[in-house]
Amino acid sequence: MERAVITVLGNDKVGIIANVCTYLADANINILDISQTILQGFFSMMMVVDVSGRNRSFDDLINELNELGDRIEMQIKIQHEEIFNTMHRI
Amino acid sequence: MITSREAFETNRMIDEMNLDVRTITMGISLMDCADSDIDRFNEKIYEKITRCAKNLVKVGEEIERDFGIPIVNKRISVTPIAIAAAGTHADSYVSIAKTLDKAAKEVGVNFIGGFSALVQKGSTPSDDVLINSIPEALAVTDRVCSSVNVGTTRNGINMDAVKKMGEIIKRTAELTKDNDCMGCAKLVVFANAVEDNPFMAGAFHGLGEKDCVINVGVSGPGVVKSALESVKGSDFETLCEKIKTTAFKITRVGQLVAQEASKRLGVPFGIIDLSLAPTPAVGDSIAEIFQVMGLEHAGAPGTTAALAILNDNVKKGGVMASSYVGGLSGAFIPVSEDAGMIEASRIGALTLEKLEAMTCVCSVGLDMIAIPGDVPAATISGIIADEAAIGMINAKTTAVRIIPVEGKKSGDVVEFGGLLGHAYIMETNRFSCEDFINRGGRIPSPIHSFKN
Repeated sequence: MERAVITVLGNDKVGIIANVCTYLADANINILDISQTILQGFFSMMMVVDVSGRNRSFDDLINELNELGDRIEMQIKIQHEEIFNTMHRI
Repeated sequence: MITSREAFETNRMIDEMNLDVRTITMGISLMDCADSDIDRFNEKIYEKITRCAKNLVKVGEEIERDFGIPIVNKRISVTPIAIAAAGTHADSYVSIAKTLDKAAKEVGVNFIGGFSALVQKGSTPSDDVLINSIPEALAVTDRVCSSVNVGTTRNGINMDAVKKMGEIIKRTAELTKDNDCMGCAKLVVFANAVEDNPFMAGAFHGLGEKDCVINVGVSGPGVVKSALESVKGSDFETLCEKIKTTAFKITRVGQLVAQEASKRLGVPFGIIDLSLAPTPAVGDSIAEIFQVMGLEHAGAPGTTAALAILNDNVKKGGVMASSYVGGLSGAFIPVSEDAGMIEASRIGALTLEKLEAMTCVCSVGLDMIAIPGDVPAATISGIIADEAAIGMINAKTTAVRIIPVEGKKSGDVVEFGGLLGHAYIMETNRFSCEDFINRGGRIPSPIHSFKN
């Protein structure tokens, strides 16, 4: 398994999760965990995904999620999970 | 599993508070390039540097993308040239500086450090050649950085070298005067220089190091500032605790990047250097941390205490986060590179004398300070001697990176550009120290150096 974290931030609107999940299915990426909250109309979502079965490079994922984010006016990032684990877990 | 609060905290540090890995610096030994022919030596060092660092920039960019953390600089440090090139018996090392510059450009790093000499007790003929080559070397190259160590706690201070370096700084300013005396921004005079520092301009690859290592410098004054804003008005225990936990988190990121870089490049990991290094960007400033701590401006009474707290707690947080914390680790106070320091010096809150006091407790010394171009060489030597004495007695690294700007007087502005920022020219004490500097010889090592 090769885990990555996807974070999505922006104004709440219809279809954010649908858009992101459709893209991930197309890239053959399995979602392990989703948590999502709305704070004062501000949508924030974090997904833990397994990218080991991906059908494109990690660079492509970064760029395409970035483009998807531009299209639906959200900030979408994908990063390897280790940066969060090293910072927050001993 | 990681929580969304933690994930967003990390990304807020990166996106809003300028958390970055300031540099991945590859240390390369040039000892095996020794040759009696300087042309042959140049060929060998060019070949070795470009071979070892071939993938440095590419791997740095890959790590940057995989983890979503900016890695601002990729750099190289090499064995002090005065040692590596001694066998050439050449009378100038300018061609070596040119070779280093060419190699740096070939592999795409923005600085290469190690045009250096260690002369704390005395100089060899090769050290003298190197020191005499510095002004021209820095004038004809873009990316070469130079440093000279003039004192240690163990050995005392080489006052002949201190005198000489005052003259060398003046000469470097003169040769680069059409470029805002930029040469001096690439020249550091040290006491107690460290062998594994990844930060420029003072990086060099020490003699006790492996053939090739990866050292990583992490920064993040903005993260510390934001963290401290959340404990405004609380007591010192809370303040210190906050700095420590923040430093811990920042250093962990550096540790990850260092391990990844080491693995992907197939080069052993050396150390992590957690140094709060400001940039001219607003919000990425040490002086602004002082303001959050409760000082009106950097330089106000209490600044030295505030810096001592900051420096000590950064180290305490850092050592928990990595097995190999090294380099300079602490807080840098480069004046021209810090928006808050620039403002404090503009309005007169921060003076050269206060900065000198601050260097007793910061991680390095007088850094990126512009002074009038007509200050005599002996005065610069006096400033170096004072810094070296602070370093020698307190068993800490101190340094002087000072720029006498030709044709400018106190209060004028000088623009260095980029990460080097801009500075208001600071007045120096105009009373003479010439007879003191002209004595020559060495200051013996202090009593507490006799530890055997």
